[in-house]
Amino acid sequence: MNKKKTACGGNYDQYVRRKALIIVALVVMTFMTAIFAICAGSADIPVSEVLKALFGLGAAKNVMVTVNIRLPRILMAIVSGFGLASAGCVMQGVLKNPLASASTLGISQGASFGAAIAIVFLGGGTIMGNNADAVTINNPYLTSFCAFAASMLVTLIILGLSKARKASPETMILAGVALSSLFAGATALLQYLSTDVEMAAIVFWTFGDLGRASMKSIGVAALVAGGSFIYFMFNRWNYNALECGEHTATGLGVNVSRVRLVGMTFASLTAATIVSFVGIINFVGLIAPHIMRRFVGNDYRFLLPASALMGAMVLLISDTFARLILSPVILPIGAITSFLGAPLFLYLIFKGVGRNAEN
Amino acid sequence: MLKIDALEFGYRAGGKILDDIKFDVSNGECVAILGNNGAGKSTMLKCLNKIISPQRGRVVIDDVDILKLNRLEIAKNTAYVAQKNEGNQITVFDAILLGRKPYIKLAPKKEDFDIVENIIASLNLETLSLRYIDELSGGELQKVMIARALAQEPKVLLLDEPTSSLDLKNQLEVLKLIQNITKEKQIAVVIVIHDLNMALRYCDRFLFLKDNAIYCYGDVDVMTSENIGAVYQVSVAVEKYKNQRIVIPLA
Repeated sequence: MNKKKTACGGNYDQYVRRKALIIVALVVMTFMTAIFAICAGSADIPVSEVLKALFGLGAAKNVMVTVNIRLPRILMAIVSGFGLASAGCVMQGVLKNPLASASTLGISQGASFGAAIAIVFLGGGTIMGNNADAVTINNPYLTSFCAFAASMLVTLIILGLSKARKASPETMILAGVALSSLFAGATALLQYLSTDVEMAAIVFWTFGDLGRASMKSIGVAALVAGGSFIYFMFNRWNYNALECGEHTATGLGVNVSRVRLVGMTFASLTAATIVSFVGIINFVGLIAPHIMRRFVGNDYRFLLPASALMGAMVLLISDTFARLILSPVILPIGAITSFLGAPLFLYLIFKGVGRNAEN
Repeated sequence: MLKIDALEFGYRAGGKILDDIKFDVSNGECVAILGNNGAGKSTMLKCLNKIISPQRGRVVIDDVDILKLNRLEIAKNTAYVAQKNEGNQITVFDAILLGRKPYIKLAPKKEDFDIVENIIASLNLETLSLRYIDELSGGELQKVMIARALAQEPKVLLLDEPTSSLDLKNQLEVLKLIQNITKEKQIAVVIVIHDLNMALRYCDRFLFLKDNAIYCYGDVDVMTSENIGAVYQVSVAVEKYKNQRIVIPLA
């Protein structure tokens, strides 16, 4: 790319480099946070021991804690945060609604209902003892499958309804609000009719828990989140065009209905897959794109990767916080994400960090 | 050359919005679409590049019916500037680069950047190029939207009330810019406009829409008090001032 000097003393190449630098910084920060997260816990392990353990060397206890407990949890935090944030970013863009996310559209509520069905009718939940962490999901694959199926059902209903109405964002949002209310009500009814153990298992599932992740589920989530992200990046110019309004985007050669429907399908699939594996983690998909808009603007070339990385980092920090604050008790990740994210979000809204491209 | 032939459009529930629209626009010519609110001016403009699909008719550019082309090909032939443009947190440079969207496969090439740079220089937008477009004034934003349309390298430029929210100075600037572009780049321009005096000053031909059809179409000679009175249902006088016709409302 040649130099594009501007009379305001700026330089387009410098501007692009600045945005790219923010993304590189996010990669480094996510990596550093992951290193800290893998070392910290009820049993602190030095970095050198962690590195050895990752290659199966060193003390057996360190290998067990690092490879079997912390690594899957950290990888799932990164994959889930990355996927939920990129899905949220695209949902907000194609629906032209800053509040669009998996929970606004009923995907999370659909997953909760599916999990509740698995727990109440298919024997997915049980109780192991009298402690706080005694409730377990004894058939995680069945529960995840039902959660995924129900959240995809929500997605298909929304997409089907909106296709009949030319994929208007209003139809999608309103259908999502109606369905989220319907499934939240259905889940509440199931809880009311369930036994104490089943109800505890449903509540436990909806808390969200990265500790449920197996390497297989991480692989599936990574494949879906990664594949969707590649599709989103291929469509970054379409999303930029959509930001200028439907008619302008059409005038620029964008098939608005198709971009909106396919984008929503991939975003919903990503959110549904992740939520079905780790439970309800609402705030990441909403907050990460908004944080990064303050730093990189609304250009999806930069906003998509920046949001995805910020999502990974937010979830990683929240999970580490949830593990450390009352160690050895692990707090529910969904609550922590909202608890830590909301004040930061409010601060950014009122402070307006990095508002100008020149900053 | 743009040729519109037997264009028809109507919504399912209602009657026809446009009926048997026929006119042509030569290269380097600017045509003003005039008529009352609700006459179908903006709808007609959107039919010309299939933002709204007409039920019948042809829109021919250089012997090709563009209504039969896909969206990307249509966007390489026509560019559209909407009545209301949505501000956004992207820079002026990137907003204009978005005009290259129909040509971009994976990423913009050097040629795309060169075209954007040239347009920025020719429209004197250098000082704005790294500003976010939602920080611009109405006049600046409209110039950027026209610049983006030019980045599409269109044969036909469609403008929907480009001066509707601008002050007098900016109206004059934007319309002068459109006039210069029309002549320099020899593109056909169709502009929906309400201000008859601005239309008289900057446009070459005038098309009046009334009752879903063309009431009259032609050069400055169609701008008579009779035609204007019949279309707008108001009394006007058309006088000459320094060799320029002006419309004076009498009511």
